[in-house]
Amino acid sequence: MRDPATASSQATIKAPMKANSVRWSTFAAPSRFYALAGKLVPWFWAVTAIFAAAGLFIGFAIAPADFQQGNSYRIIFIHVPAAWMSMLVYLVMAFWAVWGWAFNTRLASMYARALAPTGALFTFTALWTGALWGKPTWGTWWVWDARLTSEFILLLLYLGYIALTEAIDDARRAANAGALLALVGVVNVPIIYFSVRWWNTLHQGATISATSAPKMASIMLTALLLMTVAFWAYSFAMALTRARAIVLEQEADTEWVRRLATTKKG
Amino acid sequence: MTAPANALEFASVRSTTLHSPIWTVARRDLLLAVRRRVDALLPLGFFIVAAGLFPLGVGPEPQTLRQIAPGVVWVCALLAAMLSVMQMFASDEHDGSLEQMLLAPQPLVLLVAGKVFANWLSTGLPLVLAAPVLGVVFDMSAPGIAALVFGLLIGTPVLSLLGAMGAALTLGLRSGGALVFLLVLPLTIPTLIFGAGAVVAVEGGMSAQAHFSVMGALLIFTTLGAPWATAAALRISLD
Repeated sequence: MRDPATASSQATIKAPMKANSVRWSTFAAPSRFYALAGKLVPWFWAVTAIFAAAGLFIGFAIAPADFQQGNSYRIIFIHVPAAWMSMLVYLVMAFWAVWGWAFNTRLASMYARALAPTGALFTFTALWTGALWGKPTWGTWWVWDARLTSEFILLLLYLGYIALTEAIDDARRAANAGALLALVGVVNVPIIYFSVRWWNTLHQGATISATSAPKMASIMLTALLLMTVAFWAYSFAMALTRARAIVLEQEADTEWVRRLATTKKG
Repeated sequence: MTAPANALEFASVRSTTLHSPIWTVARRDLLLAVRRRVDALLPLGFFIVAAGLFPLGVGPEPQTLRQIAPGVVWVCALLAAMLSVMQMFASDEHDGSLEQMLLAPQPLVLLVAGKVFANWLSTGLPLVLAAPVLGVVFDMSAPGIAALVFGLLIGTPVLSLLGAMGAALTLGLRSGGALVFLLVLPLTIPTLIFGAGAVVAVEGGMSAQAHFSVMGALLIFTTLGAPWATAAALRISLD
């Protein structure tokens, strides 16, 4: 029987780490991810708070009133970042879910499941704030144009993903089934994005594009981008926290989780 | 010749044009549907009853009925299609022949395509044939009924294809039935929009060519993608 001391030193010799680089895939292990996420979450909350405070202050107190819409346009600082994040979070969720399915890594699927409720909340927020904005400006709470309809379908896709992964008891089957569903729904995201270009919609076209100058005042754009960073940091904070909970739930019968539970009690 | 019952018999089936995997499985499923006629006709019954409830609830005013007809008929067709796919794989899983299909040397995609085709023939096509009756009940014009029937003809296969994927994902789950509705209906919304929109366009005197083109594209896209997704879903659900 090999003596444990030499066994562990032999193990370290077998997998030497380069002096100045980190082997990132080490965080694919649920226990190490749990520790790392625990350290990162407070920082993301801090970023969220700071950027949200800055963005909301500039947006509500400093930016001037719009010459056409008056002050009711200010909901843009919540509506647009929420809509952007709803699409981004879906793409990231589908990416990690398919990664977990393809490479059979548990943590990727756990992270996808952690992202879903946050994405659903952003989608709902975008739809709700959009309706609140539409009433004074368009005269209607809702219209079935291409963009609103496809964003509504996105909400249903999120809810379907959550429902499916919750309905299946076996973690691996739930993860893979959810991955397939998320992948099938990815086709909806470009439809949402390009809907204002492809169809005659009541929703306005793109004001901000990657290739040309923005068509809005720069101070409004600043507040918008600050809120986007705030929402992005919020997504990380929430997803990492939820992922930690999912890790504890799914790894409940492992040594490190049991040790965590007993040390917390003691 | 009796339909193959297990992987060994599937392996012995020669791949001639008549005995190709799609046709073999489709024939088997159609045979089963004929023997259990009630199961196959239940979605049709639901379609007619559900659509028939609307005039009773909304009132018999012909103008209103003509206006809501395309949407009502299409939504009821969607719900009937979801009902019909719920049991698509359940009986095969129950008696073990689904596992044999997974183990068979023929590509699972083709076997799935055969099952979907049989499901459409036994449950989707009756909806298309019953649509003119509902068109008359809702006092639709003749061109409107024609647009409705043609739209359903190219739309119901899409519903069967997407429904098969949903049924495969939720195979054997407690809440499987209701879950199929939640998962698949969002994906069928484009078909609904263009199908009902085609009838509205025709009744308004305009051409529905754009609508039918998009629905044809949806059919092609779904025919290429959904059997693959369904096969993948079956492997996920059964392994």
